[in-house]
Amino acid sequence: MLHLVLFSVFGAICVAGAVNLLVQRHPINSALSLIAVMASLAVEYLLLGAEFVAAVQVIIYAGAIMVLFVFVIMLLNAGEEERVGGSRVAIVFGIPGMLVGSVLTAWVLLRYSGTSGVELGAMPGPPKTIGWLLFHDFLLPFEVTSILILIAIMGAVVLASREEIPAPGERGEV
Amino acid sequence: MVPLPYYLVLSGILFACGVTGFLIKRNIITIFMSIELMLNGVNLSFVAFAAHWHALSGQVFVFFVMVVAAAEAAVGLAIIIAVYRTRETLNVDQVNLLKL
Amino acid sequence: MSVTTFVIVSVIKTVIALFVLLTAVAYSVWLERKVVGHMQNRWGPSYVGPFGLLQPLADGAKFLLKEDLTPPHVYKPLYIAAPMLSVIFALTSIAVIPIGNWVDIFGLHIPLQITDLNIGLLIILGVTSMGVYGVALAGWSSNSKYSLLGGLRASAQMVSYEISLGLSLIGVLITAGSFSLRTIVESQQGRFWGIIPRWNIFHGQEVAFFIYLMSAYAETNRIPFDLPEAETELVAGYHTEYSAMKFAMFFMAEYANMITVGCLATLLFLGGWNGPLFGPPLLQAILPVFWFVAKVFAFLFLYIWVRGTLPRFRYDQLMAFGWKFLFPLAIANLVITALVVALRS
Repeated sequence: MLHLVLFSVFGAICVAGAVNLLVQRHPINSALSLIAVMASLAVEYLLLGAEFVAAVQVIIYAGAIMVLFVFVIMLLNAGEEERVGGSRVAIVFGIPGMLVGSVLTAWVLLRYSGTSGVELGAMPGPPKTIGWLLFHDFLLPFEVTSILILIAIMGAVVLASREEIPAPGERGEV
Repeated sequence: MVPLPYYLVLSGILFACGVTGFLIKRNIITIFMSIELMLNGVNLSFVAFAAHWHALSGQVFVFFVMVVAAAEAAVGLAIIIAVYRTRETLNVDQVNLLKL
Repeated sequence: MSVTTFVIVSVIKTVIALFVLLTAVAYSVWLERKVVGHMQNRWGPSYVGPFGLLQPLADGAKFLLKEDLTPPHVYKPLYIAAPMLSVIFALTSIAVIPIGNWVDIFGLHIPLQITDLNIGLLIILGVTSMGVYGVALAGWSSNSKYSLLGGLRASAQMVSYEISLGLSLIGVLITAGSFSLRTIVESQQGRFWGIIPRWNIFHGQEVAFFIYLMSAYAETNRIPFDLPEAETELVAGYHTEYSAMKFAMFFMAEYANMITVGCLATLLFLGGWNGPLFGPPLLQAILPVFWFVAKVFAFLFLYIWVRGTLPRFRYDQLMAFGWKFLFPLAIANLVITALVVALRS
């Protein structure tokens, strides 16, 4: 019962944050609602027993990646989005799509309500076991992702650096 | 006791919001944030299934998804900064020519 | 212990912890002004009460009664929310910090800690990461060039030094084998050859302590890393446009962060509440708390001593120090610690 209540409360916060991201016009508000989504997702992970994943979600996703987003929004000083005229394609496909989606959601929720499912803290994920898996069974993906991060660092530094304007005396003679 | 489909529905709603944001938003940073929302929805699915089938590798995979999301966010934001420096706009509709 | 008892005990512990933390924040301001004053060959506050001990009360009254000015050009929701965010994240980490051993009161066996999570250290790192938002959003929402620059500088600095902070703690984690703060302190019991205590700072983590100290100074925006709020450079950095209670909240957040960092250093490097125990059982129950507070006080004194002594770094020197020196040093420390622990077992 408590599990269902906690799941519903934080699930509602997730959905509200996601919808708010779409509705807001200024990117900083969208960024803050995304942070709220990530924080409530961290609580959902805790409900499923994945404590290490929840902590990593807060530290890395909400605490570093979103800080990067907020930085870029602050740096580029992006203003509010102009309201473009509604697209007909969006209305033609979107509204029936949303209706179908909500009907499907309601059907799934009603059909499976009351069935036994995941318990509170079903799969405890202490850091020790995750570390064991990470360094034994998943060692190759781990090393490959570290190379991926290295490439991303180099790429970000190169792409975001300004081109150097050569000083007047530096144009070399051919 | 929360049935597994409830978690999957929540994950699906987050993913759908992410796709919608990706398609209807015009600001390039908001499009990026919708991509992150999609990845978060997928992470929730992974953890829910890990809990359902008592397989810890679901949580390990979430780790890798987060790392890839971080790398992609870093490079993508660097590209956005580079585009902003030349085009002076963050509206994707106006970044439609290869040469200014 | 039944659920109701647990909830009541937790609420009482939370209230006491918050009260003690806020008083400690107020009196660490007093301590800083006194110590820096004496270092500069002048009395600190000495007028209000004996030794100026009632100065924090006077400051609190001043902040409450001052006019709370909201400039018209700010982005109001974030302007009001940013100091609240700073304070909330600064005060949250007290929840996992243990200050003493178990006590037996009224037949209940309770730990002197609000909650003993087995990922306690990760929670503190997470809360530290989230603390960047208060600064960044304050700088941006104030809609003024000094605030924006100060906010950007401060958040870039905090994010850069978070990495070295986290890496320096991993050496301690490897030797202790757990993320739970209580387990880490308990692994530092005993002494080497009967004289040197078995604290982590003597047990192979000297370099890690140095890295942690530098990163802590940078995380809490203190001298020598306080360029984001340097008065001579940026007016007041990210809290330029704030007045009265909101400014007081930033102030409180900074000192609460200092205390948290001091508590963490005590737990991880200085042995926590381990210390010589003597006397009757009642004294023995209180002595661990006393040792803990004494060590945190020593750490805070070190903080204030450095503040009174060193000049501040330029921003590029600061970032170069964090990325080009501390970060490789932290990784080297991690590798060597892991090697030693692996070879020993």
